[in-house]
Amino acid sequence: MEHYTMNLTLKVWKQKNKNEKGRFETYPVKGISSEMSFLEMFDVLNEQLVAEGKEPIAFDHDCREGICGACSMYINGRAHGPWHNTTTCQLHMRQYKDGDTIVVEPWRANSFPVIKDLVVDRSSFDRIIQAGGYISVNTGNAVDANSLPIEKQKADESFAAAACIGCGACVAACPNASAMLFVSAKVSHLALLPQGDPERKTRAVNMVEQMDKEGFGSCTNIGACEAECPKGISLENIARLNREYIGSVFSGSSDKA
Amino acid sequence: MNWKNAFSTSIGKKLQMSLTGLFLILFLIVHCYINAQIFYNDGGVRFTEAAHFMGTNFVIRTIELGLFAFLILHVVQGLLLWAKNRARRGTRYAVSAGNQTSRWYSRSMALLGTLVLLFLILHLSKFWGPNRLSQTTGHGELDLFTMMRDEFQVTWIVIVYILGCIALGWHLLHGFYSAFQTLGLGTSKYKGLLKGIGVAFSIIVPIIFALMPISFYMGWIS
Repeated sequence: MEHYTMNLTLKVWKQKNKNEKGRFETYPVKGISSEMSFLEMFDVLNEQLVAEGKEPIAFDHDCREGICGACSMYINGRAHGPWHNTTTCQLHMRQYKDGDTIVVEPWRANSFPVIKDLVVDRSSFDRIIQAGGYISVNTGNAVDANSLPIEKQKADESFAAAACIGCGACVAACPNASAMLFVSAKVSHLALLPQGDPERKTRAVNMVEQMDKEGFGSCTNIGACEAECPKGISLENIARLNREYIGSVFSGSSDKA
Repeated sequence: MNWKNAFSTSIGKKLQMSLTGLFLILFLIVHCYINAQIFYNDGGVRFTEAAHFMGTNFVIRTIELGLFAFLILHVVQGLLLWAKNRARRGTRYAVSAGNQTSRWYSRSMALLGTLVLLFLILHLSKFWGPNRLSQTTGHGELDLFTMMRDEFQVTWIVIVYILGCIALGWHLLHGFYSAFQTLGLGTSKYKGLLKGIGVAFSIIVPIIFALMPISFYMGWIS
């Protein structure tokens, strides 16, 4: 596709801090190249704002390679914008044409409070991981990587679940603000491997309880999470989490997990 | 984990919706089979026989109590979940492109369910209510076939019944497969099969139900 430049109108959510009420601000941006990434377009806008002596827009970003999960942004009603299997940093401006208006909002969920502008606090995900997303490992010398035989299919499924980068697009896109796809990916990649066995009976229950405590909504199998996940995490993981949960409920022990 | 907690977490409540929903689906199958007896067009002989069994058999009447309990649980839990989930978003998005990522009926289960419930209230007040009232007050069973024939001469009732069946169809289109996904059966092995059966069920059963008032109205059954 041929390179072109465009002028755009951005409507961006500005919010000073967690407690203050936010609002939309309108910014014209000029001379954006179709080769730029969406975040580079924001860099141009921010440089322009700094030059004018105004405060730049705060947004999360880190690797800019589509693998870290830091960037967020709800773009024209879509988490990470309209491209399939794509993070915001990998969304490119060739998606847009001259004169377009783009509305950019932060992830919206009670469990992801806005810190500033487009930056939200996703530490609720960390606390869910702390509740059960770990395995027991012996101390001493590292074991040989091939010492445990693992079926190819299970290794592949586990790897696919482990691709979750914890970006929170699933929560942002879910009409219920549910974190089930994230939790299911984190439970799945361990449940499929022998290394995950020691905590298997308690992991799903503990992580689900923490997820509820953090105030996420509950899953009603709508499927928007899967459609918006930049890593293509499948709803089959949610089915697996449900099975893991039912399994630990029926496992015979009535103790608190 | 004990039983009480098992059903009180978010997945626990989802299981409540799934299990009660599946029971209601089983009820639909039985109800549809019994009522489809009218299509023999035998003046309601087979239908009346089947309705008499369903209305007087002790086991069936006991299960009926369970059916109402499950129905109420499904409705109350569903509405509570809807209200809670809605509140979890906090500030609403200014722009939403939900249609690009999910189906409208999947997002509208509470609305569709409420429509089905409103229809159900009308439906019960027309047939089940008067019949049970007559039974418990010692006046015996009512002639449900004649009641159907009379009620379904009224245009607005027939229209409401058709709309009720449409709402039920959309509700099932999400609910049928969703119930199995909640039980953990949404795997690559079963997903296609269950989705296929779900779509077929959600179309065929409401059509059979809708054909009942239509058939009486059009005079296909007398």
